[in-house]
Amino acid sequence: MTAITVRPARRLAGGTAAGLGVAVLYLSLIVLIPLAAVVWRSADEGPGYFWRSVTTPDAWAALTLTIGASALVALINLVMGTAIAWVLVRDRFPGRAVLDTIIDLPFALPTIVAGLVLLALYGPQSPLGINLAYSRAGVVLALLFVTLPFVVRTVQPVLLELDAEMEQAAASLGAGPFQIFRRVILPNLIPAMLSGTALAFTRAIAEFGSTVLISGNLPFKTQVAAVNIFSQIEGDNTTGAAAISTVLLVVALVALISLDVLQRWGSRRG
Amino acid sequence: MAKHVLRLVAVAYVLFLLVLPVMLIIWRTFGDGLAPFAEALTSPSALHAFKVTLTVAGWAVVANTVFGVGTALLLVRHEFPGKRLLGAFIDLPMAVSPVVVGLALILVYGRFSPFGGLLESWGIQVIFSTPGMVLATVFVALPLVVRAVVPVLEELGDEQEQAAHTLGASRLQTFLRITLPGIRWALGYGIVLCLARSLGEYGAVAVVSGRLVDQTQTLTLFVEERFQNFDQPAAFAAATALALIAVVTLLLTKLLRPKDRIDGN
Repeated sequence: MTAITVRPARRLAGGTAAGLGVAVLYLSLIVLIPLAAVVWRSADEGPGYFWRSVTTPDAWAALTLTIGASALVALINLVMGTAIAWVLVRDRFPGRAVLDTIIDLPFALPTIVAGLVLLALYGPQSPLGINLAYSRAGVVLALLFVTLPFVVRTVQPVLLELDAEMEQAAASLGAGPFQIFRRVILPNLIPAMLSGTALAFTRAIAEFGSTVLISGNLPFKTQVAAVNIFSQIEGDNTTGAAAISTVLLVVALVALISLDVLQRWGSRRG
Repeated sequence: MAKHVLRLVAVAYVLFLLVLPVMLIIWRTFGDGLAPFAEALTSPSALHAFKVTLTVAGWAVVANTVFGVGTALLLVRHEFPGKRLLGAFIDLPMAVSPVVVGLALILVYGRFSPFGGLLESWGIQVIFSTPGMVLATVFVALPLVVRAVVPVLEELGDEQEQAAHTLGASRLQTFLRITLPGIRWALGYGIVLCLARSLGEYGAVAVVSGRLVDQTQTLTLFVEERFQNFDQPAAFAAATALALIAVVTLLLTKLLRPKDRIDGN
């Protein structure tokens, strides 16, 4: 312990202090001060104004739609993401490597392009005859697109490292495939599944670009919180925009803190 | 049987959610050959949007690479109070909506804020101009280089660096000869991710740029503006260009990733 405390003292005296200073200054100017300004501005006119800004009918509708749609999207991701990870790890078929690569495409594809491609297939000119434009289903579709990789990429490595011997032992003791999945595999996967789901949820509540084109941004119907904030900024109501932003920040923070708690719980069990 | 059903469900889900929509847009863009695609992307507005995008993304990548490597070194090689907090703050941008990023920057650097007003009196306009767009892009892509480099630095250890130091190498020499070659693949991976994120940013840039056509319009803003103005060919062409950049990014990261594992071991 002493060795660890002596070393930093020596190093901090050198260029480290300067480096740390620059890093903190950079982070403060770009991230911390601006975010603090949002929270500060939201409280500018007092708690009454904050509450009224958040509960105006259109803002409240946007917030509940965002949180509801994000919860649904997180749930679908929990199931589908785990299924895809399972197929990628345990199944062998031609094209598996391609599937494995393209899962990350939503991370690389600009969100506005994501919205446009979805609108091409599921919009008014849909070759499939499915039109989800300007509907809540369209919002959910856009959120599913951008959050696809999260659960897959958190579950996949855990599944890869899972010890096959445990499953063989269970099978030799007479457990059926479903029992093995539920009693042996699932308990090992749950922490990763939940953290992937939490990440997908925080991404979904923050989403803007992909929903802009497909949702049509109809207030009370398809307008998500980020779009509502955007229109308030355009309308020069920055205090109202800051209030809704603060709510989004708090929801994201709560989700991330629960994720951290889950991960600790997971690593304790592992 | 169950195995085949699961495979079918997983493949169909990815096919209908991801593959078919992207293929359709590429098909629509190139349906009439390459000429309309080239024509749509060489219009003065499109070329200007390309230029703005490259300028903003270029500055953002340089800034985040320097900050990313420096901060990764701080986090891995040094001990200081508040280290965990710094690590948490670096991940913060991931949880913030792009629109909130834009609002945050307007509140601090906008004309009507004290700081923004001061900068304006010095002749520096941040919001509705390139510096603001660079700030917004730096914000959203901030964690990517740090998070790519940190695990490899941890795995490398600092024995070689200390050996170089004992043999009389300066800090800069040690960094250039020992540390940088050790992290090069991970750094490349981080830079590619950062570049892709910067080229594709939409929400934060939409707020701080003021979306002025032929002035602060980036390629992603161009896609949206052309689409809303019923110019589908131009919107599709620019979207396809961005999608192709995304695919190249994906393949590059795929190439860079396994190698850094070998480097690390």
